[in-house]
Amino acid sequence: MNASASQDLRIITSRFDNPEGHSLAGYIQSGGYSGLRRALEMTPNQVHEEVREASLLGRGGAGFPAGVKWGFCPSEVWPRYLVVNGDESEPGTYKDRLLMERDPHQLIEGCLIACYALGLQQCFLYVRGEMAHAQERLAAALNEAYEAGYVGANVLGAQDFSVDITLHWGAGAYIVGEETALIESLEGNRGMPRLKPPYFPASIGLYGKPTIVNNVETLSNLPWIIVNGGKSFAAIGVKASTGTRVFAVSGHVAYPGVFEVPFGTTTFREIIFDSRYAGGLRAGHSLKAFIPGGASAPWFFEEHLDLPLEKTAVDEAGSMLGSGAIVVMDDTTDAVAACHNLVRFFARESCGKCTPCREGTSWLEKILSRILAGQGRSQDLDLLLDVCDNISPGIQWPPRQTTICPLGPSAVSPIASALERFRSEFEAYLPEVAL
Amino acid sequence: MSEVTVNLTINEQPVQAQAGELVIAAAERVGVYIPHFCYHPRMSPVGMCRMCIVDIDTGRGPALQPSCMVPVSENMVVDTNSPQTQKAQDGVLEFLLLNHPLDCPVCDKGGECPLQDQTMAYGPGESRFIEEKRHYEKPIAVNDLVYLDRERCILCDRCTRFADEVAGDPLITFQDRGDHTQVNTFPHLPFSSYFSGNTVQICPVGALTAKQYRFKARPWDLSEVESTYPNPMGDRVVVQASRDQVLRYQGADSDAVNWGWLSDKDRFSLDAHASEMRLQTPLVRGTSLGTPDLDGSELVETSWQRALSQAADAISAAVDAYGPSSVALLGGARLSNEDQYVWARLAKAVIGTDNADAQLDDGLPAEAVLGWPRATINGACTPGGTVILLAPDPKEQQGTLYLRLRHAVMHEGVQLIELTPRASGLSQLATHRLYHRPAEVAAVAKALVGGEIDLDSDRRIGGVGAEELAAAANSLAERADRPITVILGRPSLAEPAAPTLAAAAELAQFGKLLSAGGRPGLAFLPVLHRANVFGALDMGLAPGFLPGRVVLTNPSDALSDIWGALPSERGLDAHGILSAATSGEIKVLILLGADPLGDFPNLALAQKAVETASTVIACETLPNASTVKAHIVFPAASFAERDGTHTNLEGRITRQRQIVTPPGTARPDWVIATELARKLGCDFGYGSSQDIWAEICRVARSHEHLEPQDLALKDRLAADLGVQDGVVVAQSAVSVEGSAECAVQSEFVAVPQIDSYSLRLVSSRQMYDRGTLVQHASLLAGLARRALLLLHTSDFQQVGVAQGTTVQVISNTGQLNLPVVPDSGVPKGTAVLNYNHPDADVRVLLDPHAVVTDIRIQTQ
Repeated sequence: MNASASQDLRIITSRFDNPEGHSLAGYIQSGGYSGLRRALEMTPNQVHEEVREASLLGRGGAGFPAGVKWGFCPSEVWPRYLVVNGDESEPGTYKDRLLMERDPHQLIEGCLIACYALGLQQCFLYVRGEMAHAQERLAAALNEAYEAGYVGANVLGAQDFSVDITLHWGAGAYIVGEETALIESLEGNRGMPRLKPPYFPASIGLYGKPTIVNNVETLSNLPWIIVNGGKSFAAIGVKASTGTRVFAVSGHVAYPGVFEVPFGTTTFREIIFDSRYAGGLRAGHSLKAFIPGGASAPWFFEEHLDLPLEKTAVDEAGSMLGSGAIVVMDDTTDAVAACHNLVRFFARESCGKCTPCREGTSWLEKILSRILAGQGRSQDLDLLLDVCDNISPGIQWPPRQTTICPLGPSAVSPIASALERFRSEFEAYLPEVAL
Repeated sequence: MSEVTVNLTINEQPVQAQAGELVIAAAERVGVYIPHFCYHPRMSPVGMCRMCIVDIDTGRGPALQPSCMVPVSENMVVDTNSPQTQKAQDGVLEFLLLNHPLDCPVCDKGGECPLQDQTMAYGPGESRFIEEKRHYEKPIAVNDLVYLDRERCILCDRCTRFADEVAGDPLITFQDRGDHTQVNTFPHLPFSSYFSGNTVQICPVGALTAKQYRFKARPWDLSEVESTYPNPMGDRVVVQASRDQVLRYQGADSDAVNWGWLSDKDRFSLDAHASEMRLQTPLVRGTSLGTPDLDGSELVETSWQRALSQAADAISAAVDAYGPSSVALLGGARLSNEDQYVWARLAKAVIGTDNADAQLDDGLPAEAVLGWPRATINGACTPGGTVILLAPDPKEQQGTLYLRLRHAVMHEGVQLIELTPRASGLSQLATHRLYHRPAEVAAVAKALVGGEIDLDSDRRIGGVGAEELAAAANSLAERADRPITVILGRPSLAEPAAPTLAAAAELAQFGKLLSAGGRPGLAFLPVLHRANVFGALDMGLAPGFLPGRVVLTNPSDALSDIWGALPSERGLDAHGILSAATSGEIKVLILLGADPLGDFPNLALAQKAVETASTVIACETLPNASTVKAHIVFPAASFAERDGTHTNLEGRITRQRQIVTPPGTARPDWVIATELARKLGCDFGYGSSQDIWAEICRVARSHEHLEPQDLALKDRLAADLGVQDGVVVAQSAVSVEGSAECAVQSEFVAVPQIDSYSLRLVSSRQMYDRGTLVQHASLLAGLARRALLLLHTSDFQQVGVAQGTTVQVISNTGQLNLPVVPDSGVPKGTAVLNYNHPDADVRVLLDPHAVVTDIRIQTQ
């Protein structure tokens, strides 16, 4: 796996090539915790203002501005909590895992800065259950940080700033990446999404208190923003998508890996084909399709390659940048099998709370299995689409849903994309008699 | 819910609704039914089944939203028929049916199944699902009463929500995920809830079925009537029968009473009412060859004529020789109001005796129940109010009251103060837990309302810490601008009523001061044992009282006209009656559904009385220890076998309706009384229970404001009217206060010091006990938990044996061998043994002459 970012500007992956970057010594040697020291010299409001000025978009998938989200807490309700969403589970996405494995102190520093800006004393760091290495690295880093006085009572001797960071390992459920399900899980309940409204945990979250839920990558940006200023951050990338963004490129490319690129100026063609990044497809093969933003995103094709990696442009083209996972499929890919693979994932990960997702996704999976087994019927292709329509009426983008959360519609995307573009491949699986 | 009204449109119909009302509820109110499975108006919405999604436009264009989750808002436009809605509902139904077995022909729910009905109404005609359905082991027992078929389950969260939210027994939960999600119990932990039957009733499919009703009937073969279950709550029920056999009780959703819930003890008691042990023919003493013989040692079947004549002869002989007060009437709580009225008239006007008591020395005097201001259930649940529990555990004895109180505390901000000798089922919800030493509650109550607690010198008052008490007193005073309700009963049968009455008198006095100061004041919600005990008090089945909550000397003119001469002297209560029978002053003892041998706290007295009385006459539905000793037994009709009315703890009168015929020649109790009166030379002239109700409304002062038709007694079917809440007898109709002879006798009782080797006993009833109905209901009889002596952990450690070791429990009067276990709900120095337990009769330990019963424990 290639974890290097070949461009000069590296904000959060700067220590990826440093074998000691994960230790406190290595972190401090490379300028670590200077953001925290800087922040402590400022007032919390000034720190919040810097973040707002940076126009830092949330890196979890929805792309909501972090500075704005921070402002949603109702006044006068205490205590409040910071919850770090490290339950990165979207197939093809592994940027947060590397950030936690290779630069855990950067995340801890980000948490501390956020807590300082918001006046919080308690942070929960929720790490996906399967990420054993990240858990070990984070735990080791947190122990070091506690010992060195960066975390705990009176951070760096500050009289009025004390923070505890609690690590929590998930139990292996994709849906817990959804922030309200994550909160349920953290409270010790089944990881099932909460009903909306309230739309943001910032009003009612963990233990019924205002809670800020931020993604690992989002928080990892904070030390740099504080050291270099929100303005410098906003100057990188384009107007609506500032800073850099980490993309995980996987699939049939020469060099799969995690790449940090300026947000909004790089194109898909560059990140997939440029030798600085994924280096093109496997020799002798051509592009069939690629998923631009994780398994739930509708597929892109050849004609989308020149779109910039920027939220608005991708949204307008009918998909999403989502969690920053680009999955590339070359001409050897069986579209039906790929589609089945993705749908099976969602069927297995459905939490079972609402009917259309619980029953619909597994039905879709069963139909696709049957088609792959050569037992398809001519009406099955329309049936697939109609089941999709009952989960996500109109099968449109952005999706509408009869479900509680977007997991159900996520299973619709691959089917809609594959059937629209590669219907003949599905038909090829049907036995002669069925046609 | 606020009082703001909003205007919206539902299917082009303008609708007004209260802000906060859910769209689904507002629609149903105006006749637009939105199909749903998970939504239940008595539980919080979860929006899980997605069946109720409809087009809702809040100004941003129509969008599919779950109508059970969205509150109404101004100018909202709802369309439940749009093509988009119909497509989505079709889709959801198809999804629900994917894994649902189509075994409707053998499913109990078939014919009354919301999934079946809604599939017919809204669903696609055929399934497009050709894959294999999900499989689970066919029904598994989640407890002794309820089966769960997980294949039929549509995971609506109703049962699990009920268990968690309503009953507070979260013992069934979702497990696994995706389409493998299932409802199940935890390993080795059955769904042991007193309220599990409600989950069967609210299950929208046939996933949860009642062991009792499985494969018994098809819904279309059932006839049904709305009625009242004979318990002190007066739970509204629908009684369903087929082929002259009652097959099922379903809770009816009465807003004022039980909200549709029932406790399992009541729901599954129908085996007892329909038991083959039911008395079917009159019995008299006879020879072992079955020939009636006054001196016979057996009970033999006979005709009504012979039994009635024999009873009338015995009564006449006693009255002639020893005067009317040689006859006494014990019991009557099983009867309907009409039955009670006629028996009261027979006793007080025809025979002329005032020796009548519906309670068996295990309740409270009529003066207290009728004299102090009476609360309603809804009044007790007033948002922000205070409830003081001065009673036995409602969870064990008044199941649906427990559910209502639980809801009030959890959702309406009611604060609960426990003033009890031990923890109750509501303890976890209580704001203040004042666990006092047995029989010392009055001092605690006095301090609670007296205001002056010296934190320095009064370190403990009645066993309660002064600081706890002061905190509770503060909370009580702070909320005094909201209603205060005292749940009043006998928290322990190991002590007399006096300490509880003295405590209640303190609280009543406090309430008077509050009312005088313009506050809402304080009212009592009495909880007594036995079915229609409150009707019995209203109908005059208490010494010194006449129908209409009036004392003997204060009859209405109409009553005097009809009844004629009345006893001049106040008669005896249950204890007095049994004592007089023992000394030979009472010759004829009439037991109206009373079993003193099984139930009277002073066992020795009851035994001697029944043996000594020259004639014991019993009117009963089922045989019990006392009927076996009786000389004459009349078989009586049970509540589903006759028409009548019932009075609950609030004084709320609701109907009971006949749906099946009584077994054999059993008759309604009022018929027995009327016949007996005729034999004694007095023709009451009653032709039906309606005649009697009309007379009650004329002669009973407390019932004068009621019209006979208030209860729709004639021919209107309950179905036409929705669930009826009945009528409440107005508290202010008559006050027994002011009449000196009727003031509540309350005084502080001196409690002896306890020696350091003894523990003081507390005894109260549990839901499943040795009660006649429980023991005759095949499903319930085995549910009583093992008889245990419960001790505080430190007292238990002092005993020095392993948990569950059998020890000797010794009191002044007797001894029992019992397993002993620690219990966190028992205060230090106290021991708890349940009353009326099938395995251990606590009465052998109770000293009837002492204020408290102290026990010692000896290890073997």
